[in-house]
Amino acid sequence: MMNRWHVLKRLMPLLAGMVLLLSGCGRADLSALRPQGPVAEEQFGLMKLSITIMAFVVIVVFAIALYVIIRFKRRPGDKSVPVQVEGNHKLEIIWTVIPIILLVILGVPTIKSVFGLAEDYTKDPNAIQVKVTAHQYWWEFEYPKEGVKTAQELIIPNDAVISIEAKTADVLHSFWIPSLAGKIDTNPGGNVNTMYFKAPKEGVYLGKCAELCGPSHALMDFKVKSVDRASYDRWVAAQKAPVALPADAQLADTLTTNCLSCHAIGDGTGWAPNLTGIGSRGSVAGMLVNTDDAQYANEGTVEENLEKWIKDPDKVKPGNKMGKIELSDEEVKAISKYLADLKIDY
Amino acid sequence: MSAHSHVDGQLPHEPEKATLEGRNKVLAFWLFLGGETVLFGTLFSAFLALRHQVGDGNPTSQELFQLPLVAAATFILLTSSLTSVFAIQAMHNNKVKAMINWLIVTVILGAGFLGLEIYEFYHYVHEGHGFTTSAFSSSFYTLVGFHGAHVAFGVLWIGLLIAQVFKKGLNTVTAPKIYVAGMYWHFIDVVWVFIFTVVYLMGKVG
Amino acid sequence: MGHAHEVKRYRGLMDWLTTVDHKKIGILYLIAGGFFFLIGGLEAILIRVQLWKPLNDFVSANTYNELLTMHGTTMIFLAAMPLLFALMNAVIPLQIGARDVAFPFLNSLGFWTFFFGGVLLNISWFAGGAPDAGWTSYVPLAGSTYSEGHGVDYYVIGLQIAGIGTLIGGINFLATIINMRAPGMSFMRMPMFTWTIFITSALILFAFPALTVGLVALMFDRLFDANFFNPDNGGNTVLWEHIFWIFGHPEVYILILPAFGVISEVISTFSRKRLFGYSSMVFATVLIGFLGFMVWAHHMFTTGLGPVANALFSIATMLIAVPTGIKIFNWLFTMWGGSIRFTSANLFAVGFVPTFVMGGVTGVMLASAPADFQYHDSYFVVAHFHYVIVGGLVLGIFAGLFYWWPKMFGRVLNETLGKICFWLFFIGFHLTFFVQHFLGLMGMPRRIYTYLDGLGFNNMNLISTVGAILMGLGTIAFLINVVVTSMKPRNASNDPWEDGRTLEWTIPSPAPEYNFAQTPLVRGYDAFWKEKMEGKNAMTPAEPLGPIHMPSPSILPLIMSIGLFINGFGLMYHQYLVAGLGLAITFGCMVVRSIKDDHGFHIEPDELHDKGVKA
Repeated sequence: MMNRWHVLKRLMPLLAGMVLLLSGCGRADLSALRPQGPVAEEQFGLMKLSITIMAFVVIVVFAIALYVIIRFKRRPGDKSVPVQVEGNHKLEIIWTVIPIILLVILGVPTIKSVFGLAEDYTKDPNAIQVKVTAHQYWWEFEYPKEGVKTAQELIIPNDAVISIEAKTADVLHSFWIPSLAGKIDTNPGGNVNTMYFKAPKEGVYLGKCAELCGPSHALMDFKVKSVDRASYDRWVAAQKAPVALPADAQLADTLTTNCLSCHAIGDGTGWAPNLTGIGSRGSVAGMLVNTDDAQYANEGTVEENLEKWIKDPDKVKPGNKMGKIELSDEEVKAISKYLADLKIDY
Repeated sequence: MSAHSHVDGQLPHEPEKATLEGRNKVLAFWLFLGGETVLFGTLFSAFLALRHQVGDGNPTSQELFQLPLVAAATFILLTSSLTSVFAIQAMHNNKVKAMINWLIVTVILGAGFLGLEIYEFYHYVHEGHGFTTSAFSSSFYTLVGFHGAHVAFGVLWIGLLIAQVFKKGLNTVTAPKIYVAGMYWHFIDVVWVFIFTVVYLMGKVG
Repeated sequence: MGHAHEVKRYRGLMDWLTTVDHKKIGILYLIAGGFFFLIGGLEAILIRVQLWKPLNDFVSANTYNELLTMHGTTMIFLAAMPLLFALMNAVIPLQIGARDVAFPFLNSLGFWTFFFGGVLLNISWFAGGAPDAGWTSYVPLAGSTYSEGHGVDYYVIGLQIAGIGTLIGGINFLATIINMRAPGMSFMRMPMFTWTIFITSALILFAFPALTVGLVALMFDRLFDANFFNPDNGGNTVLWEHIFWIFGHPEVYILILPAFGVISEVISTFSRKRLFGYSSMVFATVLIGFLGFMVWAHHMFTTGLGPVANALFSIATMLIAVPTGIKIFNWLFTMWGGSIRFTSANLFAVGFVPTFVMGGVTGVMLASAPADFQYHDSYFVVAHFHYVIVGGLVLGIFAGLFYWWPKMFGRVLNETLGKICFWLFFIGFHLTFFVQHFLGLMGMPRRIYTYLDGLGFNNMNLISTVGAILMGLGTIAFLINVVVTSMKPRNASNDPWEDGRTLEWTIPSPAPEYNFAQTPLVRGYDAFWKEKMEGKNAMTPAEPLGPIHMPSPSILPLIMSIGLFINGFGLMYHQYLVAGLGLAITFGCMVVRSIKDDHGFHIEPDELHDKGVKA
C-alpha cells in the first residue's frame, strides 16, 4: 500500500501541472508561452527544445527512481546483505556521454540565438529607433528620429523592427514585454543596452519592470501598442502638435503651476511623464486600467483613474516621485476632465 | 605531546613543524593566504575597472604619482622581506638572539614604509585627491589602504611576537607563530609588488 | 602530568559560552541556525500571505521589500550555512577519526561571529527598517542615494561579521580534513560527506573574500561617501553585480555540495550498499566545485555583457549538468539492488533525488541565454532556485538531522512524526514552487509585492500559498518531534541504524568529549562496514590507551565577537569612539590569546572508561 501512495504523491504535483498547462498558458498579451512576435517566438522555440530534452531526463530519472523504490524496498526482518558494487564503468560512461550529447543539442541553437538576438539595429535607417529611459516607477520613450517623447505607452508600427536603446535615470530596472521579447536591464551612467523586437500583429501588449527598483516595482507596468504604419504616422504627427490649455483661465493657471512645472503636454518640456494624448492611453500611471466596464480594483474610466491618481499618487504607487499635490476636489475633477479629453485619434 | 619538552635548547631543525598544532597552523596559514589572494585580487579588479574614472578637474594618476617616493617605499619593503628571511633562517639555526634582531629590523623597515605611505596619502589629499573625489580615488585608497592596514597589522603582530620570544624563549609554541608571521610578511610584500606595477607603473604610463 | 585539574571546567550556561568542543559548537550552530530558519520561514509565510490574492494589502510595499530581502539573506547566510556548519561540526571529526577540529578556539570564534552578525542584521527590524534592496543588494538601489535609512547598513555590516565566521570555519575544516585524518584514512577512503565538506570549505575560502571586498566597497560608499558604485562620480554598478556573483554563484555550490554528501551517506546506509561509483562521485564533486567559479555571469545575461560573454557563460553553465547528472545516477544505482529501508532520514534523501533533478533541469534551461531573457527575474527563477535550495539543500539538511540526531543527542527522533514531517513538507514544497515555474513564464516578475487582478496569476498564487502553509506545518511537526524526543531516555546505541558504515557509528551516541578513546586504524573505504563484514564490531585501534590532550574552554571568542558587534554599531551610526572601542576589545582579546599559552588539559585513561561505557 505504502508504495502506491509513494507513487501517487510523487506524481501529484506533476498532474497538477498538467491540469494547469491544459487550462491555458496565460494571457496572450502577457505570457512568454504565447509569443506574438518573432523574437519571443525564437525564445519560445529554445524553451520548447530545452523543455523537451529536460522532460526526457526527468522521465528517465523518475522511472528509475520509482522502479528502484518499489523493487528494492527492504522486507521487514530482512537481514541479507546486498552485493557491494563499487561501480560500473560502462554505465558511468553512458550517463556521462548522453548528457553531453543532449547539451550539444541545446548548446548549438543557444549560441546561434545569442548572436542572432544581439544584432544591432541602432544604425538601421529602416528600424524605428526608441530610447527607453526607466524611472522610478515609469517608462519614458523617446523617438529621436521622429522627435517625439511619450511615457508609459510605446506606440510602434507593425511593419518595422523596433530598435531599443535602454538606460535608467535612477536605479536599475529591466525592460520586459513577455509576449514580444525577453528583457534587458537598464543601467545608469551611459551604459546603454540595446535590443530589438517586432510586433507584426496589431494589438496591445503588456510590459513589466523585471528588476527590483523600490516599493512600487510591482506596479511599474507599461504597454506596447502595435498599429499599422498609417496610424503610427498619424500618432507621431499628433504628438508633435501643440495642445491647447483649458479655456477656463483659472483652470489653465492651476494646471500650469501645479502640473506643467514637471509634466509636458504637446510641445512643452518637463522631466515627468509626457501627458500628450493621455486620454487615449490604455491606462493611467501604467497600471490603472482604463475601461468603461470595470471589473477589478485597478480598473475604471479614464476620468475616474485620473482622479484617483491625482488625489493621492502615493496610495496608488507607493514611493513615486510625484508626491501629493494640494488641490481641491473640484480642481482635481476639472484637471482630470481636461486630461481625459486629451485624446489622439490615430 | 607537551609543547615544552624541547625548551632546553634541543629544538628540532624546523621547530614550527615539530608539533601537530604547529603543522596545522602553518597549513591553515597557507590556506588563509589563499583567501587573502582572492581578497586582493578582487580589490585589484575593482581598481582596474575604475582607475580611469578620474572625473573632471581632479588630478590624474600621471599628475599625482611620484615614482621616486614609491620606489623608495618599494625598496624598504623588499628589504624588510629579506630581513624576515634572515630571521627565519636564524630561527632554524636556533640563534634566538639573531632572530630577534632581524625581526626588529623588519619591524623598523615596515614602520618606515608606513611612514612613507602616510606622507604620500597626506600629499595626495593636499593635491585634491581625497577619498571621496572620484571612483578612481576611492578604489585607489581602498586597495593601497588595505595593503597599508595589512602592513600596520604585521608590524604590531611581529612586535608582539618579539616581546613573547623575549619572555618565553623560542620553543615549539612560539616558533610556528614566528614562521607564519614571516609568511604573512612575504605575502604583503608580493601584494606590494603588484600594487607597484598595477597602480603606480601602469598609472604613470596611463 | 597532573594537567587535568589545572583548567577550570565550566558548567551550565558558561559551559556553552566557553566551549571549544566541536560537538557542542555543532549544537550551538543547530540552535542558532534553526532559530534563524524559523524567522526566515515566518518571513516566507508573510510573503505568501501577501500574495495569496491580487492587490492584497496585508503588508505595505515597503514592508514587503524588507521581508523578501530578509527572507533571502536570512535563509542563505543565517539558516542554511549555519545548519550545514552544524552537521559539519557534529560529524566531520567523527567521520575522519579525529578527536577535534584543527582549531577548536577558532571554531568557537567562527560560531560567535556568525551569531552576532546574524543578530546585528536582525536588529534592523527594530532600528528603523530592515534592508529592502533584495539579498543581492544591487546598486544604485542599495546605495546611499536611493536607500537612505540604515537598513542596507545593517545588511552590509551584519553580513561582513557573519562572513568572517564562515571564512574561519572554512579554513578550519580544510586544515582539519587535510591534517587530522586517522591513520589509514587516505583521501580516497574519506566518506563522501567529508569529501563534499572538503570541497565546500575550499569554495568558502575562495569565494567569501570576494564578498568581503564587495561589502567593504558598499559600506565605504554608504558610510564614507566613496564612489565605487556611484555612477554620478564614475562608479560602476555592473562591478557590484560581478563581485556579488563571483561570490554568489560558488555560494550556491557551497550550499548544495554538503547536501550531496548527506544524501550519499544516507542513501548508502539505508540501502545497505556501498556508494555506487565512489571515485566518480569524488571527481564530480571536485569538478562541480571548480566549474562553480566559472559561471557567475549567468546571473547577468540581461545586464548587457554582450553576446560573446553570454555564449561562453551559457556553455560553461550547461557543462555543470554533466557532473551533477553523474551524481544523480550514482545515487539511483546505489539504491539499485540494495535493500532500502524507508526511515524518515531516507525518505528525505530519496525525495531529494527527483526533486533536485527538477531543480537541475530548470537550471540547464536557464543556462540558455536567449531563453533566459524571458526567465530572468521572473517567478521561473524563484521556482528554480527554491527547487535547488529547498528541494535540494533543505531536504538534505532534514535527512542529515534525522540521520545524525542520535549521534548528536543520543536519542533517535520519532519516526512517525518524522514521516508526517516529510510528507507535509514534501507535498507543501511541490505545491508551493511547481506552479511558480508557470507564473514566471506567464509574465509574473519576481520581487513584486502585489499583482493586478485579471492577469491570470490568481489561482496559482493561491495554490502556492497553501503549499507554503503545509511546509510551515511540516516544520512544526519537526519541532514537536524534537521536543517529544528530548523527553525520551537517552538510549541510542553506537550504531542505531544498524547499517552504519563510517567511523562515527563506532563510538557511543552521543560521542564522548574526546570522541575516540583510541584513534582507530582505517583499513579501507566504509571503514566500519569493512570491519563488520569481517565479523568484528569495533575498529582496530591505531594507538595504545593513553592520556588524551584536550583544549581548554575559552570565553575569548564570545568577547571578540561582541567587540566586532560593537564596532559594527559604531561604524553604522558614525560613532567612531564606539567603533574604536569595539575594535580594541577584539584586538585586545587577540593579544591575550597570543600571549597566554593554552596548554589544555589531559583526560587520563582511568577516566576514559567511566565516560566511554554506556549504561
